[in-house]
This record gives sequence, structure tokens and C-alpha cells, in this order.
Amino acid sequence: MTVSTTVSAAPWLEQKEQQPLVQIRGVTKKYGEVTAVDNVDLDIYKGELFCLLGGSGCGKSTLLRMLAGFEDLNAGTITIDGVDMADVPAYERPTNMMFQSYALFPHMTVEKNVAFGLEQDHVPKFDLADRVHDILKLVELEDFKKRKPKQLSGGQRQRVALARALVKRPKLLLLDEPLAALDKKLRKQTQFELANIQDKVGVTFIVVTHDQEEAMTLSSRMAVMDAGRFKQIGTPTEIYEFPESRFVADFIGSANIFEGRVTEDGADHVRVETEFCEVFVDHGHSVKVGSKIWVALRPEKIRLEKSDEVAEGPNQTSAIIDDVGYLGETSIYKVRLPNDEVFDVTMPNQSRPTHATQRLTWEDKVKISWDPSSAMLLHS
Amino acid sequence: MYAKRSRFLTIMLTLGLAFFYIPMVLLVIYSFNYSKLVPVWGGWSLRWYKELFQSAEVWSAVSLSLQIAVVNATFATALGTLAGLAMVRFGRFKGRTLFGGMLVAPLVMPEVITGLSLLVFFISLNQLIGWPAERGFATITIAHITFSMAYVAVTIQARLTGVGQTLEEAAADLGAKPFKVLTAITIPQLTPALISGWLLAFTLSLDDLVIASFVTGPGANTLPILIFSRIRLGLRPDINALATIMILVITICVAIAAIVMFRQQRADLLDRQMAEREES
Repeated sequence: MTVSTTVSAAPWLEQKEQQPLVQIRGVTKKYGEVTAVDNVDLDIYKGELFCLLGGSGCGKSTLLRMLAGFEDLNAGTITIDGVDMADVPAYERPTNMMFQSYALFPHMTVEKNVAFGLEQDHVPKFDLADRVHDILKLVELEDFKKRKPKQLSGGQRQRVALARALVKRPKLLLLDEPLAALDKKLRKQTQFELANIQDKVGVTFIVVTHDQEEAMTLSSRMAVMDAGRFKQIGTPTEIYEFPESRFVADFIGSANIFEGRVTEDGADHVRVETEFCEVFVDHGHSVKVGSKIWVALRPEKIRLEKSDEVAEGPNQTSAIIDDVGYLGETSIYKVRLPNDEVFDVTMPNQSRPTHATQRLTWEDKVKISWDPSSAMLLHS
Repeated sequence: MYAKRSRFLTIMLTLGLAFFYIPMVLLVIYSFNYSKLVPVWGGWSLRWYKELFQSAEVWSAVSLSLQIAVVNATFATALGTLAGLAMVRFGRFKGRTLFGGMLVAPLVMPEVITGLSLLVFFISLNQLIGWPAERGFATITIAHITFSMAYVAVTIQARLTGVGQTLEEAAADLGAKPFKVLTAITIPQLTPALISGWLLAFTLSLDDLVIASFVTGPGANTLPILIFSRIRLGLRPDINALATIMILVITICVAIAAIVMFRQQRADLLDRQMAEREES
């Protein structure tokens, strides 16, 4: 029997054709007076690694717990693979969760922990042993199967938790801050491992995290959450390069944000007047001439050069260096603009500054400039 | 870092410990006293131990007390655990506050009141349905269960709150139905609290004089009742001997518990070291 599957590599990019695996519609969760999740809609497609990103208390964990079936909904529906989850208890959902604290059963060995889920489904003994063995092999813990959780290191426990959640081959794996308990170096390494494993097993992942770098590295798409609502949903590149609001621009990476007024709105360009220079954007934007708008510039997209002349023309201005931070691979410059606003500019340290004169330093007069494609226009 | 220990503190500590332990030491010493009069020293002897072992009255009291204590501890642990689970894991059900209040009421109720009310209850019950015809083992056990259950419930509640619900959620998430979660995860998690709750109920029962005095009947003497009734007739050296044996038994139990705990801690330390070595 041959099964021809034409699963697209990126179904979320052609949303119209595919039936979403998870459909969240108008979901609301209130704790007394506090609204943790506020009327959100979201589609997640098969094979995605979707990140819910936000600060603490933004509602991302609550949403995850509602998907797992640990929290009731005050309003809205959650559908997984076409089935409404309203009356499906946690123990019958096609989801598995990896807990932030890992929640390994302390009185069971690694092997027993991993086998627990399969035993609940009455998987035959020989099959069970094989599946436990395979998954432990995948996370490279075969030699540790007789150990108790407290005899393992943090990284090993994390992998047991992952194996236990994956062994039942859920339609949807929910991961609550999967890397938060690891130290920084291990975390970076594990980020890639996690993405690789997801690729291998082909399970849809929803990851909750407060770490923007983690979300950027891991996800196929992500949602930025604040105060129970989605601020923006998109691929990491979309979110970073085309933020829709000041909140997102500032939350993901850093951004110099300033106010301006639209002076010209063309089909393929926009001109914005600001206090220190004219901003020219080389692509169209839905704006109104005369309306107030915010402009955001990423620190790494600004060029910095020594110059005594007064800079004139669009996308450039004179400035004075207020402060310099040497970070090794890059340097961060705080530059003061003519209107006393201070911008962050980062520059890679491509060559070793051999002469003191080559170095940009305090009180140097400089010119800053950026490409017409770099400025991001924000409505809110 | 400790500076030089203050002399005042050392003296206070010594006095405090002396206050606790000198009476017990005296009791042990006097249990080996030959003289029939407790305060008069008549030389070393095992006379009272011999008399004690020959006294059927004492041994039947010991046996009754132990039986009541074991049955009480077992029932109180079972009921107290259920009550604790209801309080912590069943959300905000109707009448939860009232139930919680009633659950801890026996902790603050004066024992004489509890004893008296139970006596009245047993008498009326006897008139109504003819049971209990005679007060003794059954009535004392029931009385003890009613108040020691409250202590167990409090212990279990504390433990349940302490361990949190995450492991139970993890089990449910992996497909375990509620009853399976209870037996496979919750109960093993509760083991330390179950043991300490059982021991607490056991001790409370073994210790109780007031309530037992109210609800006992002729011929059913628990150990505290026996000791107290004998003391009323004047200090008797054989009671000293009995007390010494009890102190010995308790000391052995505590020592075993300490050794077990020490071993456990050492095993934990080794586990942690093993885990850390592999981290690098």
C-alpha cells in the first residue's frame, strides 16, 4: 500500500488550503476579576513548532494549560484535529505536556516514568519495551534507564521529560518553558537539539517561553502575547523585521523608536518628517498624509561614521557619541541626536583598532545613516 | 559564622535541658529502688520490674492500649486522608469552609467537652438501638478516631499543599484516569505524611487519659487510666519501672528513625554527586 502524502513543508504559509490541527476561537479565561486570556483566536498547523512568547503573567501558560485540559474555558472553543475539546478530560486528549519543572515521578525509574503513559493505554508488553527503548535512544539516555530522577543532572531530567511526553506520539506536544531550568550554555545547545528532535518525530510543538532568543531560534511561527492578547503572529523574521506595534518592536530585540508625521504617501515609498531628519521608506505602507506615526530603527541597521560636517538629506543626521560599550564581537554606541534624543547603535568590531585614532570614542562628532528599507513604520 | 558563644546562652540552655530531663532521669533511677516508698532510697534492685512482669492487670492495660492505638491510627489515617484530599484537591465545593472548620474543631475543643459529649452520645445510642451495650474497647476506639482524625487531616493537607498538583497533572496528561492518579501518584507522594499521620494518631491514642476516662466502662482500663488510678493511691515504684520501659522503647524507636533518616540523607547526597559528576 502506498500512501502519497503531499504535506507542505510550511503549511502555515498557505493557510487557505490546509485544515489547521489546532483551532482556538474566542478563548477567554478569567480568574475572578483578572482576565488571563482575553478572547484570542489562533490556528496552528500540523508539523509546526509554534512559540507563545511573552512576559510573566501575559497568559501564555494559561493558554497552554487550557490546551492540555487543566483549565476550563470561560468562553470560546478549542478544536484539535477537528474534535471540540470542551468535554474531553485531560487524560483523553491527544496532547502531551512537558512541564517546566519536568514533573518526573520521583518514585519511579527513568524507564518507568517513560513507560507510564503507554501503560495507561494498555500497550502490549513487547511493543511497550521497544517504544521505551527507542525514545530513550533518541534522547541518548539508554544507559540511565534504571536511575531515579534525583540521580540525574538537570539536562538529563529535561530529556527524560521530553521522552516521556513524546513516547505516546501525541498529535500535539505542549512544552512549558522547556529550557528555563537549564544553565545558559546547555540551553543554547538544547535549543537546537529540541528543534532537531521535533524534525525527526514530526510532532506539532507548542512552546511557551519568555526568552525571545529561544523563540526566535526554535519556532516556525510565533505569537507575541501581552495582557492576555496576541500582539502579533508571524514567522521570527516577520516579527523582527516587520513588527506591527511599538510593543513588539521593543519586546523582540531592541529598537530606537521615535515619532514623526507622514508627509508623502506613494505606492512604493513613504516620507515621514521627524524632529531631526526626514525618513524615507522605499516601500509602500498604508498610512495617511498628515497622520502621526512611529518610526523604529534596529540598532544594528544604523551606520555610524566620523564626520564633522552637518549631515543633510533623508535617513541621516549628525550626532555626538555619548557613551561606548565594548562587548567584544560588537560595540554599542549611545549617540545623542540634535534634538537630544539618544539612539543605540551597534557595530561589529570587524577589525582590531590598532591606533587609538581609529576608534570612535566619547564626544566624537559622527554622522548616522540607514538604508531606505531599514526604517519600520508603526501605527501603535 | 558564630562568634564566641555567649555564656548567658550556655547557662540558659543547660538549665532548660536540665528542667526537661532531670525528672526523667530521677524516674529511671527510682525504678531501681528497693524501697517500697518512692522517696526513700533502699539500694539498687530489679524488684519492681519483677512485680511488674507478674502483674496481669498492667499487661492487660498495655495490650488494650496498644490494640486501641493501632486500630485508631489506621482508621484515623484513612479517614483523615480522605478529608485532607477533599479539602485540597476538590476545589471550592459547596460547604467547603464549613467542612474545613468542622474538620479542625476537635483540635481546639477542650478534651473534657469532647469526652463528655461522646459519653452522652454513646448512652443515648444505647437507649435507641441497644448498642453499645457495654463501653470499652469499641467506644474508646471510636472516640479516639474522632479527634485524632483531625490531626491526620491537617498533616495530609499540609503535605498535599506542599507537593503541589503538578505530578498529578502530569499523570493525567499521560492518560491516567483519576483513580489511577490517586493510587499511582498521590498516595506514594503522601507516604511520609501517611506515616507521620499514623504515628501521630497512634501516640495521641496511647497518651489519652481524659477522653478515655469518659467513654470507658468497667473492666476496660487503658494504660494511662491504670497509671492514673494507681497514682491516686500514692506513688508506686512498679509504675516507675513501667515508665522506664516505655522511655527505653521510645528511645530505641527514635534512634532507629534517626539512623534511617541519616542513611537516606547520605544516599541523597551520593545521588546528587553522581548527577553532578555527569553534568561535566
